[in-house]
Amino acid sequence: MERITSHSSKHSEDINKALQWQPKPLRTRKRNETIMRTLMLIALYCTISFLFILAGSIINNAFGYVLFTYEIHPTEFSQGGEINELSHAKKIAILKENLRERVYITLDRKKPMEKRSSQDLSAIIFSRVLKASVLEAYSLFESLFQRGQLIENALTYPNADLIFRSWISPRFIRGEQSTNPLESGIWGAITGSVGVILVTILFSFPLGIGTAVYLCEYMPRSRWKNLLQINIYNLSGVPSIIYGLLGLVVFVRVFLPITSGQLFGFTSGAATDSGRTILSAGLTLTLLILPVIVINTQEAILSVPTYIKQASYGLGATKWQTVWHHIIPYCIGRILTGTILSVSRAIGETAPLVVVGASTFLTIVPNSIFSKYTTLPIQIYQWSARPQQEFQNLAAGAILVLLTIMLTLNFIAIMYRKRVQKKLARL
Amino acid sequence: MKSIIQIKNFNFFYGESQALHDVTLDFNENQISALIGPSGCGKTTLLRCINRMNDLIDDTRSEGNITIHEKNIYLAEVDPVEVRRKVGMVFQKPNPFPKTIWDNIVWGAKINGYTGNLEELVESTLTRTALWDEVKDKLHTNALFLSGGQQQRLCIARAIAIKPDVILMDEPTSALDPVATARIESLITELKKRYSIVIVTHNMQQAGRISDCTSFLLNGVVVEHGRTKEIFLNPKEKKTEEYISGEFG
Ligand SMILES: Nc1ncnc2c1ncn2[C@@H]1O[C@H](COP(=O)(O)OP(=O)(O)OP(=O)(O)O)[C@@H](O)[C@H]1O
Ligand SMILES: [Mg+2]
Repeated sequence: MERITSHSSKHSEDINKALQWQPKPLRTRKRNETIMRTLMLIALYCTISFLFILAGSIINNAFGYVLFTYEIHPTEFSQGGEINELSHAKKIAILKENLRERVYITLDRKKPMEKRSSQDLSAIIFSRVLKASVLEAYSLFESLFQRGQLIENALTYPNADLIFRSWISPRFIRGEQSTNPLESGIWGAITGSVGVILVTILFSFPLGIGTAVYLCEYMPRSRWKNLLQINIYNLSGVPSIIYGLLGLVVFVRVFLPITSGQLFGFTSGAATDSGRTILSAGLTLTLLILPVIVINTQEAILSVPTYIKQASYGLGATKWQTVWHHIIPYCIGRILTGTILSVSRAIGETAPLVVVGASTFLTIVPNSIFSKYTTLPIQIYQWSARPQQEFQNLAAGAILVLLTIMLTLNFIAIMYRKRVQKKLARL
Repeated sequence: MKSIIQIKNFNFFYGESQALHDVTLDFNENQISALIGPSGCGKTTLLRCINRMNDLIDDTRSEGNITIHEKNIYLAEVDPVEVRRKVGMVFQKPNPFPKTIWDNIVWGAKINGYTGNLEELVESTLTRTALWDEVKDKLHTNALFLSGGQQQRLCIARAIAIKPDVILMDEPTSALDPVATARIESLITELKKRYSIVIVTHNMQQAGRISDCTSFLLNGVVVEHGRTKEIFLNPKEKKTEEYISGEFG
């Protein structure tokens, strides 16, 4: 009895000792906090400065002086003035006189000379009549800070002009691809990119969201379901080029009659008889982003509190009514955020499209999902692989356009998301 | 007194663990039946068996019958969705949808095929739950802005809008203050004229005040079942007496 008492009193002493600890002085804890805060701040600025460097280097290449040389010097036509300052009629006259007739008629047929803008005409004169070619192209940085040196350098060439050029211009955006960097444009690539992404959105949204809803709400727990889940996670980590190979086999080869449009009678015009079409590319990118959309949507659905589901089922709702009226509205914001991010990723994908056969040189603009196509990233990749500076400039211009499209799509998606959320919350 | 719900030799399992053991109970029409018992004894489980909400939980199993209006709701051909329309439920924590008050009431009725006048539906259910005067000017504001007690009355209104025969209530006042509790209690007493009510409660006074008959559960077993007065005044079982007098639980 005594032993027990002494034991228990010893025990309570231990407990008391444990409660007599000294709290750490606040000063040391604050010091740790200061260190961590500084580190996080540095991380933040690192990230931001990388972004600025990226944006800066793109803009640096998209504008700058270009040193042109001519076979015929502009002064021969403009009597000392600038080609740009000539009247519209005069420019047409120059073209008519100096171009070979066949070339003139082809150009006229594409778009009547009278209807073309003044800048357009100048550009044609520039490249076709004066036969301007690029001797050297400079970055924005060089153009701004080493101007004197550039001018001096230009003087050493006879028959050469130093002109400031914005590589991104209406002509560049609306123009067709060409081997001449001064004439080349990206309209085909823009149309291709937008087409591919629309196909991707069209297929990946319903498939991804449908799969996720089925897995979360309908499928009973089982070993088969676990296996599926694990595989979806694994698929999301597969390198994109492998999806390209899959797309090549499945969409370009096996589903050829569908993806080439033969089955639907699309064989004329810009259509091809191969499966290397916008449809195949869009489907391949759908495969690529599907796992990510499924995972993200599943997580969004799991975030819906059970009390909402219980309330709904308790009122005699069917599963589908619960999903449609309560679960999806509750998490639509999360679903769309994840989906938008994956689509943004798809817009920039290059490797899988190289594999499924995006064209590297294409002068026609795609006009249906069964057309041959090229996309902006492919175009950028092509140009930046060339050694000449002027192609780097073109690539920079195309990058600016790509980024603008991406931001616009994101912006539209965010606006749409807000609207959907508001509307569904009222149902 | 006509019996409406009969539970016969009912067993319920969560995976391997059995939560209800051979439960046999009768609940009468237009009466308030109270389920009492210590925490974890299976009151919620039993309540959720009556409208087959437990079907929604993975890996559960039941044996035995529950009949409502002489129809066995555990037959294979019975659709739990249909059962839940006839047996409404009010949960322990007020759980209005994060939508407007109007939508909260109208939605359940709409999905069950109500085609009548929505305004009348909203007004009559809210009046029946004594909420109309408080919310009639803000029917189109989000229900989450209501107070806890108002939310719970809204949930009851929502449940009666689908025209159930039975309303199950799982500790509907446990999150409320005495004033709100009193209002809901008088509401429940009012509701029994039209509906049959099964209510789970931890509050002995509440069970005594409002219920007509009471069942005492312990570890998934029904220890005693009878008229509330008898159970409270002279319980037959020692365990019941101990529980009611607050000696355990
Ligand atoms: N979803 C579940 N999965 C597994 N076991 C469960 C689940 N829900 C309840 N149980 C178990 O079943 C038993 C009865 O639980 P139940 O919720 O019915 O108790 P209760 O009487 O409602 O308690 P309380 O008064 O605390 O609400 C408990 O032992 C509990 O642990
Ligand atoms: Mg409970």
